[in-house]
Amino acid sequence: MIFDNILIYFVVIPLIMLGGLALCRNIKQIRAVAVTGSLALLALSVVLLVQYLEIRAGGNEDPMLFVDSWTWFAPLNINLAVGVDGISVAMLLLSSVIVLAGSFASWTIAQPKAFFLWLILLSTGVFGFFISIDLFTMFMFYEVALIPMYLLIGVWGSGNKNYSAMKLTLMLMGGSAFLMLGLIGIYYNSTGADGGHTWDILEIVKYSNISTGWQYFLFPMTFVGFGVLGAMFPFHTWSPDGHASAPTAVSMLHAGVLMKLGGYGCFRVAIYLMPQAAHDLSIIFLILTGISVVYGAFSACVQTDLKYINAYSSVSHCGLVLFAILMLNSTAMTGAIMQMLSHGLMTALFFALIGMIYGRTHTRDIRQMGGLMKIMPFLAVCYVIAGFASLGLPGLSGFVAEMTIFVGSFEAGMANYLSGAGSTRLVFTIIACCSIVITAVYILRVVGKLLLGPVHDKHHLELTDATWWERVATIMLIVAVAGIGCFPNFFNNLINTTFTEKIFTVLGMN
Amino acid sequence: MEITAIFYLLPALLMFCAGVYGFITRKNMIAILISLELMLNAVDVFFVVFNRYLHPGQLEGMFFTLFAIAIAAAETALAIAIIINIFRATKNVDVRGLNEMKF
Amino acid sequence: MDATLPLLILVIPLAMFLLLGLFGNKMSHPLAGTLGTLGMGTTLVLAYTVAFTYFFSGDPTFIAENGDRLQHVVFNQTWLAFTQNLVIKLGFLLDPISAMMLVVITTISFMVHLYSMGYMRDHHGVYEHGFQRFYAFLSLFSFSMLGLVVATNIFQMYIFWELVGASSYLLIGFYYTKPSAVSASKKAFIVTRFADLGFLIGILVLSFYTQTFNFVEFTSAPVEGLLDTYQVNIATSEGIRNIFASAQASTFMGASVLTWALVLIFMGGMGKSAMMPLHIWLPDAMEGPTPVSALIHAATMVVAGVYLVARLFPLYLMETAALDIITVVGAITALYAAMVACAQIDIKRVLAFSTISQIAFMMVSLGVARPDFHEGLGYMASMFHLFTHAMFKALLFLGAGALIHAIGSNDYTEMHGLRKHMPITHWTFLIGCLAIAGIIPFSGFFSKDEILSSCLGNSTFVYIWMSAVAALTAFYMFRLYYLIFWWKEHETPAGHHAPHDQPWTMSLPLIILAAISCVAGFIPFGNFVSWNGEPYDFMSHFDWSVAAVSLCVAILAIAFATVMYRKENPLPAKFKNAMPALWRWCHHRFYWDELYMFITHKIIFGLICKPIAWFDRHIIDGSMDAMATVTNKASEGIKPLQSGQIQFYVWVYLIGALLLGGITAICLM
Repeated sequence: MIFDNILIYFVVIPLIMLGGLALCRNIKQIRAVAVTGSLALLALSVVLLVQYLEIRAGGNEDPMLFVDSWTWFAPLNINLAVGVDGISVAMLLLSSVIVLAGSFASWTIAQPKAFFLWLILLSTGVFGFFISIDLFTMFMFYEVALIPMYLLIGVWGSGNKNYSAMKLTLMLMGGSAFLMLGLIGIYYNSTGADGGHTWDILEIVKYSNISTGWQYFLFPMTFVGFGVLGAMFPFHTWSPDGHASAPTAVSMLHAGVLMKLGGYGCFRVAIYLMPQAAHDLSIIFLILTGISVVYGAFSACVQTDLKYINAYSSVSHCGLVLFAILMLNSTAMTGAIMQMLSHGLMTALFFALIGMIYGRTHTRDIRQMGGLMKIMPFLAVCYVIAGFASLGLPGLSGFVAEMTIFVGSFEAGMANYLSGAGSTRLVFTIIACCSIVITAVYILRVVGKLLLGPVHDKHHLELTDATWWERVATIMLIVAVAGIGCFPNFFNNLINTTFTEKIFTVLGMN
Repeated sequence: MEITAIFYLLPALLMFCAGVYGFITRKNMIAILISLELMLNAVDVFFVVFNRYLHPGQLEGMFFTLFAIAIAAAETALAIAIIINIFRATKNVDVRGLNEMKF
Repeated sequence: MDATLPLLILVIPLAMFLLLGLFGNKMSHPLAGTLGTLGMGTTLVLAYTVAFTYFFSGDPTFIAENGDRLQHVVFNQTWLAFTQNLVIKLGFLLDPISAMMLVVITTISFMVHLYSMGYMRDHHGVYEHGFQRFYAFLSLFSFSMLGLVVATNIFQMYIFWELVGASSYLLIGFYYTKPSAVSASKKAFIVTRFADLGFLIGILVLSFYTQTFNFVEFTSAPVEGLLDTYQVNIATSEGIRNIFASAQASTFMGASVLTWALVLIFMGGMGKSAMMPLHIWLPDAMEGPTPVSALIHAATMVVAGVYLVARLFPLYLMETAALDIITVVGAITALYAAMVACAQIDIKRVLAFSTISQIAFMMVSLGVARPDFHEGLGYMASMFHLFTHAMFKALLFLGAGALIHAIGSNDYTEMHGLRKHMPITHWTFLIGCLAIAGIIPFSGFFSKDEILSSCLGNSTFVYIWMSAVAALTAFYMFRLYYLIFWWKEHETPAGHHAPHDQPWTMSLPLIILAAISCVAGFIPFGNFVSWNGEPYDFMSHFDWSVAAVSLCVAILAIAFATVMYRKENPLPAKFKNAMPALWRWCHHRFYWDELYMFITHKIIFGLICKPIAWFDRHIIDGSMDAMATVTNKASEGIKPLQSGQIQFYVWVYLIGALLLGGITAICLM
């Protein structure tokens, strides 16, 4: 029975929410549906986490748990196949926290019914993506998550929204084109349990042997395809414009969760299925992502629009995710997943706060603001905390993620260097390390200009501090950021179960 | 001299070609409509002629012609109505100027 | 040892921070201040208990049968496991230097808590805005600093190292509406962050080869039969060098990898301890409230670099090249800072440069320390100076705070002749000056003398150099003293009341610290702290000739200062005019700030950031937009084919049909 599997509820609940929203008559009902549904999703992810840990504690070492599959279109062997490992559980938890925070952050949005309909549809895609292990279904959910973005930015956005929405959608669709080509290529090179072609990731890993030549073609296709969404240099330019125009909750969801789809996909599809090509070609992409780490940080140093600063900072941080994944080292990969969690939460926090500040001052230009600490202390303090998380202060999530990445990458780089395989990895690890200084520069620059110093604009003195729903959204995210930062080993173990010896033998690494 | 089919077909063909030529070249919608009627009537002549010469005992061609005439009349009425309305709206029946709804 | 007390030492300040940080706004000002002070007082009692237990209990976990002091890991909890071997643990390491630091930090921190109750309010008793926040940050700092000194592994130290940096940032920028404070705090954080980059890479290199973060594994070996108790053991560190030596790439650009790792780690120390050329943040950090300067930027955080080197000292002994670098950096910094201190007019800046110079003394002392000279006298001297310096420098800063509080300005030109108005401040400040100048029997005399002896044991040149710096120290401190308290009689500006001594909350810390500075020199410090835990009787090694020379030099310098500054006279102006270039360079701190300004603004912002941002917007994004534009143009180009003109379609149709017919016909023929 399909409803026996806990995972399917991650798609069912949003669909029920969509139905509920359609029936809503006023804003109160809409808010009630959105909050209840998001809470249900959060509760579901917590239940999943507990069950997952219980099963793992019982000594189960399968690569995926809660695996199930229902036929969807038999002639092409398309199934709705689901299953999770530690990474997916962490990602589901992250998504549900951000969806809930996003609902609170769009408390007073215009045309709430339509907005929430699209937002929930987008979340359906996100949750569906993280639970799928069938490439086709995965791709379908991926597209479901992307398309609503166009309307959400185009209708509810600000500034140059038509241009941004179009640019974002077209660039991501361009990525999807590569991706689809790659996925179809994988399908026709796969061998399933029954000897035919299959879309199922687990079966492909277990039974297939994609030839090296094909891997060399398919790996770049899928990596670039997902990499566009993961803001990989030089395909990142949708991010500044898109984020700048998007409404608050959409920025939160997009930077917090959707960009994680890219990193997750790169790991789950590109590297997991084609380890040989990943090993041989990683150096090219390492250079690209290594560049984007410092490039994004340097660009962020001179921006004046809050959202641009944050978007470039995302380019830098997400670059670090892909960079660490490509190190093909279990510590660095764990760090990459931690960085996804950490970046998701803190960018969501950033965008939430920027939205709230923009809603009051009606400008995002840091040159036109100043001394907000005196005017809206709550938001300002939260912004400082988010900034500290971003520049990697211990006790907040950024530190643990970055340190795990650096330790792992350095290990991989040194091992490479000592075995005479070149020093590129080592050099780029050190370059990436430099980002901790540049990050401090741009974060403190914003904090200094925006929050501290004398009040720039006398009209701002009349502004009010956060409302209760804004406080709920920010406090929730801060608690999550501090939670990861203070108890990193819990998440580390959760993710690490995925990178057991067994998987690394599959990956042909270590 | 016996009157063969060619005596009917040739003028009808000329009439049809004139219709095609008019349809392509005229810019006035009324003129285009007239060209269209010319082509229709040429085809009607073809029907009648072929019916008379190929299947002398039967009347399908004749009846088809009658239908076509009736439909052509209805169609013309409709077209004239549209043209008049367009004229009222734009004071213009030149097809080159009517691109408001293009693209 | 039971883990409760050590744990509480860390937990109480943290709890205070959370309590005051989250609910401070709901509390009244006195309640918040009292809570913070009481919390720190409790921590002080606990830390003293732990330190005294460590030094005096005679417990075999703390002291071996032959009298050597041992390292003891009280608790060690896994925090984050990178790999099986590389694990960050949060723990509590008790050994001579950490116990000593516990005493220093809690003492100064408690004094500062108490002092701030008086300092952070104006003459009418009104508390400053953000008073609760101030106490929250102080607690955060105390927590981080305590965590730093008791770190059991280098990554725990790095974690707390970053946290002290952040609390320093928050406290320097305490007056956040003042642009100068904001930029000072930013500068402090970024400069130290840059240094921490070196520290981090050093940690990565060291841990890659040794596969551990643990200090005790770097430098010590377990003591048989005692769990979690260690002894400094050269053999272990030899083992580490072997690891570095046997690795294929053991040399990199002419130096061994271990040297590189140690130098990079020292770079972190240079940042925190304001060594040249990373010293530029410390003078600016004086924008913070004065008690903060006393606690963070004089007594505790800035000596973290010294502490770091001391902690890894057995490793540094393995690579004396690194120690030589430390000596050189320290010696240059000491002279530079002392010269600059002679030409400053802001009393806090003078003290800041004096701090830099004194920390450089400690660094030099570590740099020249070798086990073959007086059993590593330099190490002991460095720690001793750290201890005495913390006390007298905190005293000087708190005294300066009292003056600033009374006058409302940092500038000594507005002070002059205050000795009669503020007797307590005057006498305690004088004791501080005598201590730092190295006059017997004040504490600075003993510690500085040990440092000079160990310099002499290493190199005569370093000894002469550092003696000259010591003379300069005595000179600029007494210059400051005379300019504040003598020179000419104080004229109270119209409308102001005459300056007077401070409330007891501010006087009491001054008196206590002055008392400590008077007697601390007689502590047989070598019995407690030495590089390998072996007690060191320093009186038996005391070099009276060095002592006599340094005393003479100091007295001469003081006499010179007396002649120049005791009474208003034209002598200083003459000197200034005699050497205008030297004076200008010293006054402008050798233009280091301008150089950094040039590098950051012109080069990093102007030549890197801006071009990259431009490149991104115009080249990368431009090429994406160009793709869209090309597509757009192409479709505009073929759009006329869909004109909507049926007549045109018919033409095309006819021509096409004719062409097709023609081609078919030709083909058929």
